[in-house]
Amino acid sequence: MTLETIRNAENLSARYDIAIIGAGPAGMAAAAECARLGLKTVIFDENTGAGGQIYRAIARNGSASRPYLGKDYWRGAGLWEALCASAATYVPAAAVWSLEQRDSEAELRVSVAGRSRIVVAKRVILATGATERPMPVRGWTLPGVMSVGAAQIALKASALLPEGPVVLAGSGPLLYLYASQVLAAGGAIEAILDTTPRRNWFRAAPHFLSFLASPYARKGLGLLVEVTLAVRVFRSVATLAITGKEHAEGVAFMSRGKAFSLTAASIFLHQGVIPHANLANAAGCELAWNDRQACFVPVVDAEGRSTLPAIFIAGDGCAIGGAVVAEFDGRIAGLSAGLELLGKQPSEEMRRYVRLRQKALRGRAFIDLLYEPAPSFRAPTEDDVIACRCEEVSVGAIREAAAHGVAGPNQLKTMLRCGMGPCQGRMCAATVTELLADEQRRRPADVGTYRQRFPIKPVPLSEIAALPQTPEAMIAVTGQADH
Amino acid sequence: MFRSLETAKERVSILVDGKAFEADANASVAAALLSAGLSAVRRSVVGAKPRGPYCLMGVCFECLVTIDGVQNRQACMVPVRQGMAVNTQSGARTVEDCAL
Repeated sequence: MTLETIRNAENLSARYDIAIIGAGPAGMAAAAECARLGLKTVIFDENTGAGGQIYRAIARNGSASRPYLGKDYWRGAGLWEALCASAATYVPAAAVWSLEQRDSEAELRVSVAGRSRIVVAKRVILATGATERPMPVRGWTLPGVMSVGAAQIALKASALLPEGPVVLAGSGPLLYLYASQVLAAGGAIEAILDTTPRRNWFRAAPHFLSFLASPYARKGLGLLVEVTLAVRVFRSVATLAITGKEHAEGVAFMSRGKAFSLTAASIFLHQGVIPHANLANAAGCELAWNDRQACFVPVVDAEGRSTLPAIFIAGDGCAIGGAVVAEFDGRIAGLSAGLELLGKQPSEEMRRYVRLRQKALRGRAFIDLLYEPAPSFRAPTEDDVIACRCEEVSVGAIREAAAHGVAGPNQLKTMLRCGMGPCQGRMCAATVTELLADEQRRRPADVGTYRQRFPIKPVPLSEIAALPQTPEAMIAVTGQADH
Repeated sequence: MFRSLETAKERVSILVDGKAFEADANASVAAALLSAGLSAVRRSVVGAKPRGPYCLMGVCFECLVTIDGVQNRQACMVPVRQGMAVNTQSGARTVEDCAL
């Protein structure tokens, strides 16, 4: 048995037992489980290489050539090898742009190498991963400013080391992980502006013992010490502005009540990660506000089944748990979906995966509470800060509409066009919910988030037009059942 | 903003606004632009402001460029290819801009 790789739409089958979307830890693990059950399994991935973002370029990187990526990164190699040894079908550079539950099955549309195709699967497993929480500050749209995740992708995928002066700003483990990788690769970091509010330490403290027992503890504390010794760290950073006209030139910020400014050419922002749930949202899976992670997450049962029973969701696309939790999430969802199709009962293996997942979750509460983003970066108060980067809608415009009583994010779209640009709200949805909640003194859970629409990725009209049409669609457009 | 730690074994040549650049054959267009020192790749649609790659994972749509005549391609999601023509964009696209 070896993995079959398909690189064009023509070679896809019309039907599969299981279709998995995303080839990060959750998707790769789910595919291996389903294929092992003998099910006809396809895994679509938007990237040209498997691994997701955490194991980005894992199939190409050798551990000898890029040792600075660290030990945890190489865990991905095992997942990729297991996928390669499976009988699944892998479709790289494939953009799934629509997904609907039809009867008890799911129908998706996918664009591969310039052609779209309709694929029906009895079960779909979404493993779409996480995206970085937006960190809207003055000047964050300038060239020279990227997310920390992006800078890390540049390092993993292309061995690109940032040139300085380099400033990292924000909150979360990735800030220190990336800093240590840059140092190990021979780079330099001018400063880290840590925006973690001091009060978070008190809120997280009750979970410290369980964190100490977790695999994160040694690594996380080690990183903190190592980076703090080597880099100037400003703590309790409460405000931040990036200066520059055509390119970022510096940062101005307040740390512990004092004002600072630094020259910087590369500025990387990070405010933790949130589920990238656009596809689940557009498919109609119910979302719910997760207070501890301060974001909307798809609602799933213990096996990963969404509120649409043909659609399962696993990994960080469901709730943030990190790579190891995502892997066991993928195994659980894959096995559950597969056993359900085969009419079999959960196996001993399943119980083992649930235990291992539980173990990997240890310490997560501490991390969530410690790195809960500061309110000033979730719902900025400076009116001229851009919230929606595509349509250039400012915080002030959104707050003004909110003060006039706009009903919610979807009404805001029609008023201001925020969330209507090419990114389809990926970069502003979280901010818009928080701004409305703050201005209208409502809970984010009650404000809600954008309702996403297909296609969730841009597709040329010619690709859509070339798809087979239903008689109903033909009548709706032409008045006749055929041309 | 970046320098490359490795010398790529396989290299390709691409044209950016008509000017030739060498790139790692395994790079995305966005990574190739960044390693060539081009951190600004377009002028925004609404305010004509400079923009460059932001997320490098297909989410932010800031790195939109015209690739071989097709507008608004995500530079971070498209691998480079020998002879590829990349053009930066300014403002909103029009039908007349479309080379096809």
